[in-house]
Amino acid sequence: MIEFDRVTVTYDGAKEPALRDVSFTVPEGELALVIGRTGSGKSTLLRAINGLVPHFTGGTLAGRVLVGGRDTREYRPRDLADVVGMVGQDPMAGFVTDTVEDELAYSMESLGVAPDVMRRRVEETLDLLGLADVRDRALTSLSGGQRQRTAIGAALTSHPAVLVLDEPTSALDPQAAEEVLAALQRLVHDLGVTVVLAEHRLERVIQYADRVIEVPGGAAAVSTGLPAERMVTAPVAPPVVELGRLAGWSPLPLSVRDARRAAVSLRSRLDSTLPSRVVAPLGEELAQCKDLVVSYGSVTALRGVSLSIRAGEVVALMGRNGAGKSTLLNTLVGILPAGSGTAFAAGVDPRRTKPSRLVKAVGLVPQEPADLLYAASVADECASADSDFNVPAGSCRALLERLAPDVALDLHPRDLSEGQRLCLALAVVLCGAPPLLLLDEPTRGLDYGAKRRLVAILRELAAAGHAVVLSTHDVEMVAEVATRVMVLAEGELVSDGETAEVIAGSPAFAPQVAKILAPLPFLTVGEVADALDRAS
Amino acid sequence: MRAVNHLTLPRALHPGAWWLWALCMAVAASRTRNPVLLVLILAVTGFVVSARRSDAPWAHSFTAFLKLGLLVIGIRVVLQALLSTRAQGNTVLFTLPQIPLPDWAAGVKLGGEVTAEALVTALYDGGQLAVMLCCVGAANALASPRRLLKSLPGALYEMGVACVVALTFAPQLVTDGRRIRAARRLRGRTRASFRTTAMPVLEGALDRSVELAAAMDSRGYGRTAQAPRAQRRLTALCVLLGLLGILLGVYALLTDSMAFPLAAGALAVGVLLAVGAMAVGRQRVARTRYRPDPWALPEWLVVAAGVVAAGAMVAAAVRGVHGLLLDGPLVVPPVPPLPVVGVLIGLVPALAAPPLKKAAA
Repeated sequence: MIEFDRVTVTYDGAKEPALRDVSFTVPEGELALVIGRTGSGKSTLLRAINGLVPHFTGGTLAGRVLVGGRDTREYRPRDLADVVGMVGQDPMAGFVTDTVEDELAYSMESLGVAPDVMRRRVEETLDLLGLADVRDRALTSLSGGQRQRTAIGAALTSHPAVLVLDEPTSALDPQAAEEVLAALQRLVHDLGVTVVLAEHRLERVIQYADRVIEVPGGAAAVSTGLPAERMVTAPVAPPVVELGRLAGWSPLPLSVRDARRAAVSLRSRLDSTLPSRVVAPLGEELAQCKDLVVSYGSVTALRGVSLSIRAGEVVALMGRNGAGKSTLLNTLVGILPAGSGTAFAAGVDPRRTKPSRLVKAVGLVPQEPADLLYAASVADECASADSDFNVPAGSCRALLERLAPDVALDLHPRDLSEGQRLCLALAVVLCGAPPLLLLDEPTRGLDYGAKRRLVAILRELAAAGHAVVLSTHDVEMVAEVATRVMVLAEGELVSDGETAEVIAGSPAFAPQVAKILAPLPFLTVGEVADALDRAS
Repeated sequence: MRAVNHLTLPRALHPGAWWLWALCMAVAASRTRNPVLLVLILAVTGFVVSARRSDAPWAHSFTAFLKLGLLVIGIRVVLQALLSTRAQGNTVLFTLPQIPLPDWAAGVKLGGEVTAEALVTALYDGGQLAVMLCCVGAANALASPRRLLKSLPGALYEMGVACVVALTFAPQLVTDGRRIRAARRLRGRTRASFRTTAMPVLEGALDRSVELAAAMDSRGYGRTAQAPRAQRRLTALCVLLGLLGILLGVYALLTDSMAFPLAAGALAVGVLLAVGAMAVGRQRVARTRYRPDPWALPEWLVVAAGVVAAGAMVAAAVRGVHGLLLDGPLVVPPVPPLPVVGVLIGLVPALAAPPLKKAAA
């Protein structure tokens, strides 16, 4: 269905090609998973499938891309619209109309599909993706999962043979991600659509994949293979695979279900040992909320939240999209006013403190790290951060070197990869050395390597007497780093306790290792390895 | 009778019908300064809006336009009070301290005596403008401009899409600006500068437009049937000229700035040019339309009601019926029967327009 024949892509003005000598084929009806580090060229590869590279982005494409027998050299993206459906990373950015039904019909209108056929396909797609209840709703009023499903539906209605998705679950909470993946599964199984998707969160998708395309970036060659084979040696792997490697299972299980069946003997070996967790000594109280109510417009985002966070803790805030996580963080830095109740950060009232003093008490890395960055180059950004926070010149740059050693200092912050931009924003905020550090969804778009570095940094900060609060959907990251988990629902705090207590029991929030080894209280592969060491 | 002709079958009325009706009501308001008639027009449009609006976000815009109208009246009255002379009458209400002006501004007076006549005239003039604004607000509340753009003829499709995209981007820019201003606190800055606020907003907007363009391209936007470039340019030119003609004609009819036959002529030529060009242009468009809004009996009734209301007012104005304009500022406004009946016919859409679909419980 899709055939890449010695494809090399070089963007205008770039010294190195973004993709080098890529050859592979994806047969009809397969689900192909594209993996690789951030910035390794995954998006370029996906966009080459429907001709956006090079027709839309510019640059030179050598070699040949054939999709459904059509050569992308001769067909522009708009002429391939009936063969390839494309779903971008941020569904909101690709919406052209304002209601669900109109959005579903848009591609068909452009393709000139007859009105009665359009009507029928829209109804079918609404049912297929479970969108019938929201058909008249404005797109802005949908939840993240509904938006993503609408975007998929909009690409599907023109009945393309190939569906291309760029990180379809990266911004979604675990339940919404399940919804989207279940919908994709139905497409592959029932309609025989060929699906190509890029994803960092392998733990969510690897079990559905028929084929893995690995884009290593740089000069290394792109390679393909079966998921189980690739996972034996792949440098990036989900916890289920790492556990399988540790226990020496063969064939390597890719889903929790397979792993549970293989894990019977491992469970009995671990039965008598408990994971050893270092309990960090807690310091003074750094964040405190009492009966906090926050509303904007007619929406009440937080209703009566009380909490207290001490130095040395790493607290994960979890909950559905729209549960009030960002609101809580924004209130703690004084961006939003408290409607009633109080919020204190490191002993100061964030609404009544001058920003220049506030940054020494609390720092927030917002959901869009780019909001924090103004300068035209990374070096300028670091210099201006030093002067903003009144610290010796070079401090920010030193921090950045540690977080992301390979960032080119002359690049524009917008040209960095998502992960690098996050590191830059983090370095800027850490410059002021605030005792309380807040991170709003720091793992979006981060690969496993970047996540591992982030975990190490957060642990170090907590050990040095900072308190860290991060809102996230990433249960594996929470299992690795958090000492305490708070779950918000509808603006209320529904659970608050040690990580193991809160997430291990929940079907939605349990990490893979906990699911495989239940009822044993292990959360991460590291804990299992450690326990095995002690046992032998 | 076809189902779409039923007045009681729940469906959304064609947005064009709502806009035509509302513009007719605005034309009616433009013919009079009699406060009784103006309040009547406002009441009629307000009633229809409350009877037939949906609960979509834009349906609340009528209130916003009402507030805007009050602001217009307020500004007008305050300015008039500051600048009033005795030209309109001699009933002095109170005296403000007068600010002496240099010689070159002779004839202009700032402060001083404020007459009742001046204030009442300002109130009525401002009221007329406010009521016309509210008519536009009513159209906005009943059918979003975006839905109207969607029913543009095929030849104007590209222009329509550009407008729709612009309509989405403007509010997005405001939210972006707010978010970035908030983020400035996080850097410990209090003062705004172009570099720290406008630049990130603009960069974000640019990124988003590129993203949207890529999405539209991959979804088949711009797949038109082949037509020679010269023909395409000619039709576009004709459409533009036609629209200009229509604009000129309507403006002239509304403001009396041109003789009637000339204005009507401009309107007719404009309509002919535009319709002709669109008919030619339609042939090259390969697009189809999903669930186009039907134009049936209810649409005709709604437009007819508006035309009757506007017609009655225009006819009364042409024949010089007593009561459209007041004899003086401080007389009790009369109630002329013909225009009142005409305006009341504008209420018909409250019944003739089909009710809205209710979400299934």
